[in-house]
Formats: sequence, structure tokens, C-alpha cells
Amino acid sequence: MDEYGFDAEGLAKRFDKTDALDGVTLAAPRGQVLGLLGPNGAGKTTMIRILATLLRPDGGRAAVAGFDVVRQPARVRQRIALSGQHTSVDEELTGLANLVMIGQLLDLPRRHATQRAATLLSRFGLEEAARRPVAGYSGGMRRRLDLAASLVGRPEVVFLDEPSAGLDPGKREELWQMIRGLRADGVTVLLTTQYLEEADALADTIAVIDHGRVIASGTPAELKRQVGGHTVTARLTDPADTDTAAAILTAVTDQVPERSTHHELVVSVAGDGEFFEIVDRLRRDAIGISELSLRLPSLDEVFHALTGAPRTPADDTSTKAA
Amino acid sequence: MMTTTARTHGQPQLRPPAWLRHSLVLARRSLVKTTRNPGPIVNGVVTPALFMVLFLYLFGGSVAGSTTDYLQYLFPGILVVGAGLAGMVSTGTNINLDLKNGVTDRFRSLPISRLAPLLGSVLADIVRYLLAVAILFGIGTALGFRLHGSLAAAFAAAGLAILFGFCLSWLTVFLAVLAKDPNAVLAFSFITFLPLQLGTSLAGPTDTLPGWLRAWAEINPVTHVIDACRALLNGTPVGGTLTTALVWCAVLFVVFCPLAVGTYSRRQ
Repeated sequence: MDEYGFDAEGLAKRFDKTDALDGVTLAAPRGQVLGLLGPNGAGKTTMIRILATLLRPDGGRAAVAGFDVVRQPARVRQRIALSGQHTSVDEELTGLANLVMIGQLLDLPRRHATQRAATLLSRFGLEEAARRPVAGYSGGMRRRLDLAASLVGRPEVVFLDEPSAGLDPGKREELWQMIRGLRADGVTVLLTTQYLEEADALADTIAVIDHGRVIASGTPAELKRQVGGHTVTARLTDPADTDTAAAILTAVTDQVPERSTHHELVVSVAGDGEFFEIVDRLRRDAIGISELSLRLPSLDEVFHALTGAPRTPADDTSTKAA
Repeated sequence: MMTTTARTHGQPQLRPPAWLRHSLVLARRSLVKTTRNPGPIVNGVVTPALFMVLFLYLFGGSVAGSTTDYLQYLFPGILVVGAGLAGMVSTGTNINLDLKNGVTDRFRSLPISRLAPLLGSVLADIVRYLLAVAILFGIGTALGFRLHGSLAAAFAAAGLAILFGFCLSWLTVFLAVLAKDPNAVLAFSFITFLPLQLGTSLAGPTDTLPGWLRAWAEINPVTHVIDACRALLNGTPVGGTLTTALVWCAVLFVVFCPLAVGTYSRRQ
């Protein structure tokens, strides 16, 4: 039991007439980051709220840090923390007062609570703002304080519900560093996100969820392989060669390559054999190449293929190739 | 406030139980919020003070023959209404705001009693009531109100007004955890509180009221609390009103505290 940071089996939850969760099974070994990826309304927040003991499941079971979320919620609450889009800090209190209050609610003596708050404020770069009311914080500062607030009690498992929603890219990178820091400290993290890039960058394992069901799971690389289909992208040195190069790609792959900006040609291939043949022919015809790549599909493509969202023709061929 | 915070952190050998300790931490939060945003409490003092001055000069002559005599009748009721109002607005809207903006989610994911966030706010109300009662006593005295009972009886009257405020707070809390947003809490509260506060013996004896209103005023717990306070402050016999008032306090608490905590725990 205890080797899991959290594990859930067949979790179900109904709201009125919709199944928010329809038999979700997932688990994360201790110290790992599990990325729960899905569109709005897929059930990600419901999943987090059940694991954080805020909601009771209608069916299935779940344990966090080895304790059952329904039968031992108090034990679970001693070991978890929740942060993200739906949690929040008190606007009218200062950053420091928020963290001290949480420390005291976790039964730290006031002096220790103040020390812990100061440590976290400096770790999250909020020392200067510590004595200002949160109402005056920027979105990024608020998110950092929220994450700091969740770490006051040194949790074993942290639930992050779309932690980077609404952050600009620079702040997002900063947040990612902090999440990697948690993992380095041995904390198990459940991260929900709509950003494929985010799951790819942070998660050891990704579970793709849609309409309350896990439709795929695995490491980022496994997921990409599951959908399959490599893509070759070639950028030409001389735009005048574009037609010749396109003819070669068509001859090898039986497909008409897509012409993107910057004189790039993109085509899907059945395997690396075709890739080498393309390289050979381009060299034979002395076509100058400034960039040439063979890559797995992006998580975006994987996701669209798995959820059956409207597909582009390129997605269709990559699915066929699998 | 001072004594409560000292007890929380000072002597570990006298530590109160966890639910009370956590409630006190959250009561302190509520009071810090009040010092940062004193609007609601100012409201809670200004409204009854305004009632007092208006009623005094509007009805004083006709009801009691003179404003001096009328003030002796009116003031105890203003005190009770004031104690009830001072917490109503801040507790109701703050609890509802917490539910709305996610602070409650954080509290619920902490290993603390579900009672603590609510009790914390209501405990802070007691401090707000004390403040309101003290300020209203000051204004009343300035207008010419004089104590005719003993000092002990005056403290008992203030204590009763505050106890009633505490018990009535649970009704506000219940409305707050039911309502969708803070504006709804305010609307709900006014609809509930106006007939509760004004349909009483506050401004004049109930025996001149039309039958239906008189029936309501005589059941209304606020009437009994006002009558008991009036007797204590004016040194007249208290009779059965005090017992009825205390029974009502107990009923309000026993009904609305569990309802509020239950609804709060179930709200998702």
C-alpha cells in the first residue's frame, strides 16, 4: 500500500445527471509527479477534490499516503496539501499572516510558525512583500504564496490543480522550477493541467482524462509511441529548391508534404527507413538543408488523437501509421 | 482578544482542545480582517445609534410624554438590536466569501475540525458585540440614559445582549453557508432580521399593536431579550422574561449551530 503516494481504483462521482468521474483508476509511486491531462470539464478537479477529502466518491476507492480518503480523512489531511486555481489565500491578510495562520492551524507554536513562514517566503521570493496585504499582490506572487501556504505543513503528497492557469510564460517557468523542487524533496505530486507542454515538462507519468475516464496513460514517451507516426521536417537553404525537394518527399512517402513558413516541408513517414531514403535522395540531388528532423508526434497531436477531437489530415496518417 | 491569544500560545500545560484552539486562531484572523476593513462594524454601531436618535425624537413625546423617559424605555432595546447587528454583516459575508473564493477549500484540506472556521468567526463576533455594546452605552449615556438597576444587573444585561447575539449569529452563519454569494447573504439577512428586530417591544409596548403583529411580537425571542434587558437596566422586576430569553438563546443555538455546521460540511 505504502509504496504509493496515492492510488485510486474505479473512482466514480455523479453530479446531477452527469458522470464527473466514471471509474478512474490511477496511481503514483511515492516521490513521483503524475500529470492529469484533460480539457475543461474532463473531471480533473473532481479527482483532486476526492483525493483531498473535499468530496466523497460515489463509487470505487482511493488512498493517499496509505490512508483511505473516505474512512480515514483526518489521517489523509495531515499528510496532504492543496493548491491551485480553486484554493486561495486570504486577500485582506498579509502574506506573512496567511502562512503563520496556517502554521498555527497545523499546531505549530507561534514562534515556529513564524520561522516556517519566513523560510517559505524567502524560498518563494516573497520576503519583500511579506508584510503587505495579499490584495496588492500580482497574479504570479499570489500563486507562489498559495504554493508556499500548501507547504507549511511539509506535506507528503501535494495536489496542484491547474497551478499555472493564468500565469504568463516567464512565471510559468518559475513555477515549474518550484514543482521540480518538490519532487527533489521526495514529495508526491498530482498535477492537473490543460497544457500538454506542462505535463511533458514535469510529469513522470501522464494520465489523459476525458469525460471522467482515463483514456490513456504512461510516460510521456510511451504516450507518444502509443499514437505513433514519425514526422520529418526539412528546412531548405535555398527556397528555389522547394519544388524539387517536395517531389522527392512525395516519391518516398506517397504523400504530398505540407509547406509551412520559412521554406519548411513537413511529412509523416512510416519509419526511419523512409527517413534515411529521404536523406540519401536529397544529398544525391545536392539540395542544401539547413535543418532536418525526425520526431515523434507532439503531445498535442497525441491528445487530439486520443480524445477524438477534430483532427487534421496529418493526425489521421499518424494514427494509421501506428 | 488579548486573553484568548495569550491562552493559545502561552501555557502549553493549559492547552485548550484542538477544535477550540483552531477556532481561536481563526477568530483572530476574523478580527484582523475587521481592523483592516472596519466598515461592517461601523455599520453595526451606526445603524442602531441612528435608530436610537430617530425613535427618540420622533416618538419620545407621543409614546412616553418626554424624550428623557422614552430613552429609559428605548435604550435597552437598541442595545440588543445593536449587539445582533454588529456581527451579522461581517460574519455572514465573510464566511460566504471564504466559501466562494477557495479559502474554505484550504481549511477543509487541513486537519482541523469543520466547526473551527465557523466558530472562529462567531467567537470574533463576541468581541465585535462587546465593542458595539460599549460604544452604544457611551452614546446612550451622552443622550441622557441613566442606570436605575445595580452595576451587576447592568453587566447581566450587557451579557444577555451579547449571549443573544452569539446565539443569533448561528442563524446568520446558517444563511451564509446556504447562500450563493455575499449579496444574497445580505438580502437574506435583512429580510430575516428586520421583522425579527423591529417586530418587537423595541419602540413601544406590544399591547397597542394590531392583533397579528402583537401575536408575532410576543412570540419573538427578541422581545423577551429586550424586556429582560430593560428590567435589568431600569431596576424593575425581571420576572419570567429572563428565563424565556435564555430558553430562546438555547433554542437558537441548538437548532442553528448543528444546521450551519452540517450544511457547511456537506457544501461542495
